Amino acid sequence: MDLDFNKEQKILKSSARDFLKKECPTSLIREMKNDKKGYSETLWNKMTDLGWMGVIIPEEYGGIGGSFLDLSILLEAMGEVCCPGPFFSTIVSGGLAILDNGSEDQKKALLPDLAEGRIILSLGLTEPGNWYGTENIAATAIKDKENYIIEGTKLFVENAHIADYILCAARTGENMKSKEGLTLFLVDSKTPGIKYKLLDTLAYDKQCEVIFDKVKVPEENIIGKEGQAWDILESLQEKAAVAKCAEMVGCIQTAFNMSVAYAKERTQFGKPIGAFQAVQHHCANMVIDVDGSRFITYKAAWKISEGLPASMEASMAKSWVSNASRKVTFLGHQIHGAISFCDEHDMHLFYRKAKAAETAFGDGNYHLEKVAGQLGL
Amino acid sequence: MEFKFSKQEEKFRTEVENFLKEELPTDWPDKSMHWPGGYGSIEIENKENQRIFLEYRKKLAKKGWLTISWPKGYGGEEHSYMEQAIFDEVTSYYRATASGISTGIAGPTILRFGTEENKKDWIPGIANAEIDLWLGYSEPNAGSDLASIQTTALKDGDDYIINGQKIWSTLAHESDYAWLIARTDPDGHRHKSVSLFIVDNNTPGVTIRPLINIVGVHSFNEVFFDNVRVPKKNIIGQENMGFYYLMTALDFERLMVGIGGFRRVFEQFVEYVKQTEKDGAPLGENNNVRQKLSEIAVKIEIAYMFFWRTAEMLDKGNVPSVESSALKLVTTELSRNLADVAMEILGPYNQLMPGSEWAPFSGMAPRGYLDSISATIGAGTSEIQRNIIATRGLGLPAR
Ligand SMILES: Cc1cc2nc3c(=O)[nH]c(=O)nc-3n(C[C@H](O)[C@H](O)[C@H](O)COP(=O)(O)OP(=O)(O)OC[C@H]3O[C@@H](n4cnc5c(N)ncnc54)[C@H](O)[C@@H]3O)c2cc1C
Repeated sequence: MDLDFNKEQKILKSSARDFLKKECPTSLIREMKNDKKGYSETLWNKMTDLGWMGVIIPEEYGGIGGSFLDLSILLEAMGEVCCPGPFFSTIVSGGLAILDNGSEDQKKALLPDLAEGRIILSLGLTEPGNWYGTENIAATAIKDKENYIIEGTKLFVENAHIADYILCAARTGENMKSKEGLTLFLVDSKTPGIKYKLLDTLAYDKQCEVIFDKVKVPEENIIGKEGQAWDILESLQEKAAVAKCAEMVGCIQTAFNMSVAYAKERTQFGKPIGAFQAVQHHCANMVIDVDGSRFITYKAAWKISEGLPASMEASMAKSWVSNASRKVTFLGHQIHGAISFCDEHDMHLFYRKAKAAETAFGDGNYHLEKVAGQLGL
Repeated sequence: MEFKFSKQEEKFRTEVENFLKEELPTDWPDKSMHWPGGYGSIEIENKENQRIFLEYRKKLAKKGWLTISWPKGYGGEEHSYMEQAIFDEVTSYYRATASGISTGIAGPTILRFGTEENKKDWIPGIANAEIDLWLGYSEPNAGSDLASIQTTALKDGDDYIINGQKIWSTLAHESDYAWLIARTDPDGHRHKSVSLFIVDNNTPGVTIRPLINIVGVHSFNEVFFDNVRVPKKNIIGQENMGFYYLMTALDFERLMVGIGGFRRVFEQFVEYVKQTEKDGAPLGENNNVRQKLSEIAVKIEIAYMFFWRTAEMLDKGNVPSVESSALKLVTTELSRNLADVAMEILGPYNQLMPGSEWAPFSGMAPRGYLDSISATIGAGTSEIQRNIIATRGLGLPAR
């Protein structure tokens, strides 16, 4: 067993960290909060130059052919600074869907652009009335010669407002509440009939309500096969959940570091607050949560990298990390006291981010159900 | 033993409820975005509502309800503390908590420790809801450790001259006077060199600067005192005894928990899960949701018992001290817990802030999730309450 990164991965991690420390200060998050687009093109381009957009795209499509583990390392580094922008929705939610399920033509058409940072993707699953599950997707795609006409409303569609393509799951079969008859479409965001509205969210991320009003999509834009989206989405969400965990590991690592540093520096009653056992125990509890999160996340990421079945570990990771993130960022506030209740202080950025990430791709409890399923219960 | 209210208490409760239904707009409880236990969102944020609220408080003052348990000579009704508690429960349930710093903290502290002159000067204004005070305790370097405050008040003839800085001063910008602790004997013992003052916000040398909290609300401030001259008669009680008065004032503060607010949010969520379908099935049929809400129901019941206990103690002539800390601890941990459960129940919708069309309860839950951070910090952190319970309460050795 070897629980350390290899040499290249260590370099990737430290260089990504150094880069983001310089290029993505928390002032950028605050700036992006009120920015229409929600990301810095300068930063995006620099990330592209570093090859990050192509991290998991094979060399034959213009990427650098890294592994899911490499992707996780980058995501962790981005999580450490709560990096705002469409990397996750483009490379993970959208990119993986195409990489794993796209036709050769689709890959040839899209992956090189993805690797070059030229396009932004977005995934539309949840609808009003849905929670975390995809069984109840009600958007319809009715066949009309070589096209499909999509009707429906999607919520929490990340970065739809700047996306070039929205991946949209819609029902091509008759049965509602069923795993069958779901199809995943690659929808050009400029197609007539698409309307979006930005939602005001806790973590300042850019999520949208997207209305598809008789949106015409050509047949060749189906990702995978008609009616087969269920499996695609299960596998995609599984990987996305692990990728999200990697981001969360970074996020809570920073909240933890800030808190331990503060516990050493802030004095009350003539000593550093870190001298009080109550505070020491908070910090020790955080260690278990942060390190536990890293272990299970990287175990799942490694399995995915190796092409091994990872459903169990993915759901274990998402349930542990979801709860850990909430606890760690809350304790971060508790240790800081009133100063962290100020908007100017950075702790709440991590607290917000942790909550949004907890919710993304199923919360802790949702994934515990999946673990139960994996246990054969 | 009798776990029920007397006839008179029941009658009073109905009277208060009827009054609230009559005096407040029917949608009032839905307008307030206050999260129970939180210190960071002001109950009412727009001017029109502030006007309605002020009028309502004036009417309450006229009825003597802001000072129900106070002695008759001081604008009080000499009713039981239990009735006071019932009043607080009902008003907080209607999201119209009327007891505040002036009637809940300053008034009772002055009545206990103030000189006759103090009482004459301040009690009528407080009882009639004519003056509002803010709490000037915390400083940048003195939070949990209030005995280390550095703000000084030094004698100069018949006055004191105050210099220093306060921070986290909730609603200082909306109040008339500071209820302030400052060091009157810089060379004295930590606990025997502090005095309690009332200082007019309009005195030259007082500067109030806003701080925006993580909810996005201007609830608290930094306040600077630069050679602020205060007449000697504004000292409450005896010079250098302020730290002892403060301990009691904090006990009074920790009794003001807005207990009814918990019941209100809980009822809203029970209604919500009954009426909302999640992935095709009613949320209320989801086992996890049922368990989580039931746990909250139990915790609210327990919190209520701690609450009624403090009132009942006062009626029996005992002053809650450790009991205040226990109540504060129980209710503020509940505030966090309730926020966690509310967020979990809302699933992906928990991210939608006020103003979003799809936001359940107009975004109250994520706002509460932010505000609840302040619950276990403000008015003494959870860690400090546990220290008090362990040392003052159980006699365990202090470090
Ligand atoms: C929303 C809000 C409103 C407020 N309003 C007011 C107001 O109107 N007026 C006012 O004067 N103050 C106000 N406060 C300040 C509040 O009273 C202080 O925040 C609180 O007493 C804690 O002090 P601190 O923030 O400086 O934290 P610190 O005292 O620095 O504590 C930091 C951490 O160390 C822990 N700690 C400290 N000492 C010990 C110990 N001995 N044992 C174990 N753990 C310890 C704390 O529990 C905390 O986790 C407000 C605070 C908030 C958040």
